[in-house]
Amino acid sequence: MTTSTSDVLTAKYESLDATLGTLWGAGPEIGHLAAIIGLVAAIVLSVLGHVGAATRRRSWVENSGSFAVLQLITLVVAFVLLVHAFLKDDYSVVYVVSNSNALLPWYYKVSAVWGAHEGSFLLWTLIMAGWTFAVAMIGRRLPYQIYGRVLGTLGLLNTGFLLFLLQTSNPFLRLVPNVPTVGADLNPLLQDFGLIVHPPLLYAGYVGFSVAFAFGVAGLISGRLDATWARWTRPWTNVAWAFLTVGITLGSWWAYYELGWGGWWFWDPVENASFMPWLAGTALIHSLAVTEKRSAFRSWTVLLTILTFSLCLLGAFIVRSGVLTSVHAFAVDPERGVFLLVLLGVTVGGSLALYAIRVPAIRGRIAYMGLSRELFLLINNALFVVAVAVVLVGTLYPLAYEAVTGGDKISVGPPYFNRLFVPLMGLLAVFLALVPVARWKRTPIRLFRQVCWLLLASMLVGAVFFVVAIMSDRVLNIGSIVGVVIAVTLALWLLLSHSVDFIQRKGARPLGYLGMLLAHIGFAVGAVGVATTSVFSHETEVRLSPGDTVELNARQYHFVSVTTVNGPNYIAQRAKFDVGGISLYPEKRNYLARDSVMTEAGIEPGFFQDLYIALGEPLPDGSWGVRIQEKVLVRWVWCGGLLVCFGGLLAVMDGRYRRLALRRDGLATAVKAA
Amino acid sequence: MSPLRKQRLAAVLFILFGSGLTIGVVLFALQENVDLFYEPQKVVGGDAPIAKRIRAGGMVEKDSLVYEPEGLGVSFVLSDLRGSRFEVRYKGLLPGLFREGQGVLVVGQLDTSRVFYAKEVLAKHDENYMPPELVGMGSES
Repeated sequence: MTTSTSDVLTAKYESLDATLGTLWGAGPEIGHLAAIIGLVAAIVLSVLGHVGAATRRRSWVENSGSFAVLQLITLVVAFVLLVHAFLKDDYSVVYVVSNSNALLPWYYKVSAVWGAHEGSFLLWTLIMAGWTFAVAMIGRRLPYQIYGRVLGTLGLLNTGFLLFLLQTSNPFLRLVPNVPTVGADLNPLLQDFGLIVHPPLLYAGYVGFSVAFAFGVAGLISGRLDATWARWTRPWTNVAWAFLTVGITLGSWWAYYELGWGGWWFWDPVENASFMPWLAGTALIHSLAVTEKRSAFRSWTVLLTILTFSLCLLGAFIVRSGVLTSVHAFAVDPERGVFLLVLLGVTVGGSLALYAIRVPAIRGRIAYMGLSRELFLLINNALFVVAVAVVLVGTLYPLAYEAVTGGDKISVGPPYFNRLFVPLMGLLAVFLALVPVARWKRTPIRLFRQVCWLLLASMLVGAVFFVVAIMSDRVLNIGSIVGVVIAVTLALWLLLSHSVDFIQRKGARPLGYLGMLLAHIGFAVGAVGVATTSVFSHETEVRLSPGDTVELNARQYHFVSVTTVNGPNYIAQRAKFDVGGISLYPEKRNYLARDSVMTEAGIEPGFFQDLYIALGEPLPDGSWGVRIQEKVLVRWVWCGGLLVCFGGLLAVMDGRYRRLALRRDGLATAVKAA
Repeated sequence: MSPLRKQRLAAVLFILFGSGLTIGVVLFALQENVDLFYEPQKVVGGDAPIAKRIRAGGMVEKDSLVYEPEGLGVSFVLSDLRGSRFEVRYKGLLPGLFREGQGVLVVGQLDTSRVFYAKEVLAKHDENYMPPELVGMGSES
């Protein structure tokens, strides 16, 4: 659907007529216009930044920042106007009428803005503009060639995104003259707190990696990929990575309580789409550490900045082109798919070509590959890159298979991912536990002695745990118990080695160090949660009538009653279950506008376990299908994710990044004074 | 060899060995855990293997959903709206968006009389969204 500016103007006058010339009535047109101005700002930004840096026109670069500001302002205006169209139920706008309804509570009207493709992509470009603005403000102290090229690259990227938005996904498109009177409503699955916060955080992470990418490109063009470059890039990468971490964690939590299965990760293509950049980003933040501290791994680090952001774009392609089967996918549209594929191709191809041309000129320092911290970080990188490859192959294999066989369709099941991923993470945990003792260049062997004792202690605890698990009267397969025991042992070892290092550490404990500890402990917490909840949880599916009682793991679940409850835009059958002293209220909701049925699980959350009840469908004789679960330590999965996120943020606040800014500031003042 | 070259050689060997191992393991795991998808025509026609985990899909035929009087067993008929139809039996909760006249995917095994015993039933999560496997079939809704 192409809309030229003249069409827009025509529509604008028509609508002005129709709405008696009120300014708000033209909101969508103004929004569209604002997005176009945003595009112009992005183009000017790219030209001023790149050309200014290349031709040594300092003033061009210095003025490019104002276009980053203009870009942000125009996109905020566009976004606010779209929000307004939703709040005012402006059903002449196609996007509003397809995703909203007068009965929707106001906060879901706001979050419906990013509930489907067009609006969520507007949010994407807005967040992109936000990051660009942040770099333009905070990065003022950078050498101007770097500053210009970073901003120029960010401008180029948003030029591509805004072209995509305006060309294929305009959220401001009107449906005149026959304006519908009833909105189709927001997909009920998305009418939830999780959807209000999950996409913005996730996008902040996705898009945030564009900053690392831009620094990579700027470093390549300028031939400057030294320790200072890494020090500039690190905080930005960490923040984006922390956003992505919390975004994925929230998504998992949302899937857990909203889909009614009690599952928290499905290896769905769209989940994988967000997970791959996270894995690559994790490799990147560790590789950046080596580049900053030892000036090593330079060409590898910059390749990772390209790889990580390319995976973000690949994710956008997977989600928005509909090429893969997924519960999350937006509606299929070939034009969008092709556009995104071109965008992906140009970005990846261009940056890799640049890499190939420039990287031979970059002399890295040889890393010490004895028993050193460098070696551990190299192992980290190898494991995470293999993990990316595993997920990538599993995600794209169905596509390749269909293309090769000429239409045969397959799917890659969770067992594939679990079988490969779990051992990888186990291996990772082993090396992670050794991290605190590893030193740069060479680690004295004696340092490993203590950590071996800690391993022994953990193994003792693991053995006790194993015996207790075997003795408990539940019929469990030995293999899965062994799996949990290994996970718990490794997690405990990791926790001990990090804690002991914290206590014994001489001298200062900078925030970067504390962030590392927190993130690694978060990994241990998450790993225990994942392993335990997968093996020790109880589940049953039964047919129950009100008044019935069922027992699960020595707990009595009493089905008390079902009542009808009216929500703002749905009618619910709400069941009441008594368990011990507490009551749970799972619901079956029928959302009226779309006539679609949703399950709302009744959950009693707990530190050690969640009680989880989900209603199935009502059966002909008045009974219900009911799924009852006890999810052991399931909260630990998300607690781990949050700890990892906080760790990443803590590291950003490390004083040395601020000192760097101050030092440059002081230098600039000194130069000026001279 | 100079130490530098030695190190480079080691790195190259390490990368070759690592990627070879990875590719091998990945291919092995893929072979074990891939489910083929069959349309109703192939399920009926005999192309689909018996007693092997597969995926199938189709439209749930109107008035074909039958609940067993006890327990959570159900059966329904999937069709491609072009004359091929097969019976599915499933024990458990159907997804919230399961409905007669709509497309669903089932994962499970066929028995010798070509009845599909489903372990999982997946319904569309959104009426605008159609599992790509079913796109060719057209829809009543």
